[in-house]
Amino acid sequence: MSGIQYLFPEYEVVRNDDRCIRCRVCERQCANEVHCYDEGRDKMFSDESKCVNCQRCVSLCPTRALKIVKSDCRLRENANWDSDTIREIYKQAGSGGVLLSSMGNPKPLPVYWDKILINASQVTNPSIDPLREPMETRVFLGKKPEKIVRGEDGRLVTDLPPQLELSLPVMFSAMSYGSISYNAHASLARAAAELGTCYNTGEGGLHEDFYPYGPHTIVQVASGRFGVHEDYLEAGAAIEIKMGQGAKPGIGGHLPGAKVGPDVSRTRMIPEGSDAISPAPHHDIYSIEDLRQLVWSLKEATGHRKPVIVKVAAVHNIAAIASGIARSGADILAIDGFRGGTGAAPTRIRDNVGIPVELALAAVDQRLRDEGIRSQVSLVVGGSIRSSADVVKAVALGADACYIATAAVLALGCHLCRTCQSGKCNWGIATQRPDLVKRLNPDIGSERLINLLTAWKHEIKELMGGMGINSIEALRGNRKMLRGVGLNETELRILGIAHAGE
Amino acid sequence: MKRVYVNEEWCLGCHLCEYNCAFANSGARDMVSALKGKPLVSRIRVEGDGRITYAVSCRHCTDPLCVTCCISGALRREDGVVRIDRGKCVGCLTCVLVCPYGAVAPGPDGAALKCELCLQNSCGAPACAAGCPNRAIVYEEREEERS
Repeated sequence: MSGIQYLFPEYEVVRNDDRCIRCRVCERQCANEVHCYDEGRDKMFSDESKCVNCQRCVSLCPTRALKIVKSDCRLRENANWDSDTIREIYKQAGSGGVLLSSMGNPKPLPVYWDKILINASQVTNPSIDPLREPMETRVFLGKKPEKIVRGEDGRLVTDLPPQLELSLPVMFSAMSYGSISYNAHASLARAAAELGTCYNTGEGGLHEDFYPYGPHTIVQVASGRFGVHEDYLEAGAAIEIKMGQGAKPGIGGHLPGAKVGPDVSRTRMIPEGSDAISPAPHHDIYSIEDLRQLVWSLKEATGHRKPVIVKVAAVHNIAAIASGIARSGADILAIDGFRGGTGAAPTRIRDNVGIPVELALAAVDQRLRDEGIRSQVSLVVGGSIRSSADVVKAVALGADACYIATAAVLALGCHLCRTCQSGKCNWGIATQRPDLVKRLNPDIGSERLINLLTAWKHEIKELMGGMGINSIEALRGNRKMLRGVGLNETELRILGIAHAGE
Repeated sequence: MKRVYVNEEWCLGCHLCEYNCAFANSGARDMVSALKGKPLVSRIRVEGDGRITYAVSCRHCTDPLCVTCCISGALRREDGVVRIDRGKCVGCLTCVLVCPYGAVAPGPDGAALKCELCLQNSCGAPACAAGCPNRAIVYEEREEERS
């Protein structure tokens, strides 16, 4: 320990003392112990060095006496050595460790969704009013037959490979029990069931209480194989093999032992208090052939009744990788872009590894079409789908459905303070501390998730109606409905869209 | 009849209900002028040991002991709500003594103070339930319980 504090506090707690009534709600609600009350002087004090700017105190202050602002204490301006970079150097010089971060890549890298615009009908073709006419947002994920087949009796063969039916092209993506709380999982499970979509267990197994939500659950099999057993596989509507995660492509996961309490331990099938380490690779998968073996093992184990999803991070050779996965027998391919969230990842990996999901999606859809194998897999994309407009753009670029997780935890109250790794989530989401977990009432959580996706569904219908399209099926891969703005030739070519005005 | 119910499973012990209650019954237009620098006068109280917490306020019993014992006729039951005419209260505090829930307390003026479901103040519905951040306090109709 050095007596010198190299890191000055990033935020300041500004308290309007004319408004503060000393109710001490801020003090009781802050797990970081920023606020305290001095009875003798009847004053509230703040230790801003502990503040992570999660805004819990701001949100609960009954007189709106608080605000958290970025400290204007500045290092000398330097366009090359910005203050975040310098702070990271100070941290590492002090700790000698790998920097850890949470949630998605916050760097100002291009967001292609924002450079793509959607079409609308005018004069030559009618738009559709979703309030007056039927509009289909239902999608089925899984292998589709390539051609019409008739049996010996001349009748159509209608046996389809297993399909995952969703009422709208949005699912909640993988977040493990352990990385997020019991109540967060309960909220997701209930909302998914109510909405007619799916949530995803992540790699942490399925808590026994949530088996009734099985028809709306995607059970994940990741490199650590935590919580995987026959009943678990049988419980889900689909099985997802997690090969990679957008926030940390190429590396595994690490749930600290402190978060492995009795419930997490039982669900993950590991000893209480032990670190849950997911290896970087699956130790039985070193090739597409190996992956094929796991895909088919899981299908065998579940009687070929459940679609198998393979989830990969969007990386440089994603199109070739996707082609391999499509040929491995997987029913659904999930691609996670570099902005995808995480409960903890090495900062350097989160901020520098992987590619934007928009480009990956366009490249993969094109490649699978070129190879004539697009109907063998459904495409699901995730990694910062922020709104219904992003969903519509993704579908038009070729996705069958989207995965959302950051948007979902935001609906649950997350304020993106990006300190999930501390385990002290004041919103009861990314924590296992019982007093914090109870802050998320699943009655409220599931309601907010249902509201969010209900709103998105309305908006998706409005956007489709505007284009004169009345079903997701007719929008999928319909890149003529998209135009780029401010994109160069290469970007437009990869996205397969024309520039606005063309 | 709608009553205030407490789900202690979701109580965070934040004490916001006490402040919302005090404000609702203060007659003031904003919380700051109602509560700043003044002692807290609330009809609901958060009990607990830090691990388990829950708010306690009048249960509006079907057969309220406080009403039976009131010597001045200040307490009465009206449409299921146990109400108090604080002008009539003589401050004997028998009600405080007999309430099995500890939900009646002496007010700063000596007269007893209890929850009247915010039906008479500007809130119109219990402020504790409306302001509870985690739905630990709810105002709802439930199957009539014997109380």
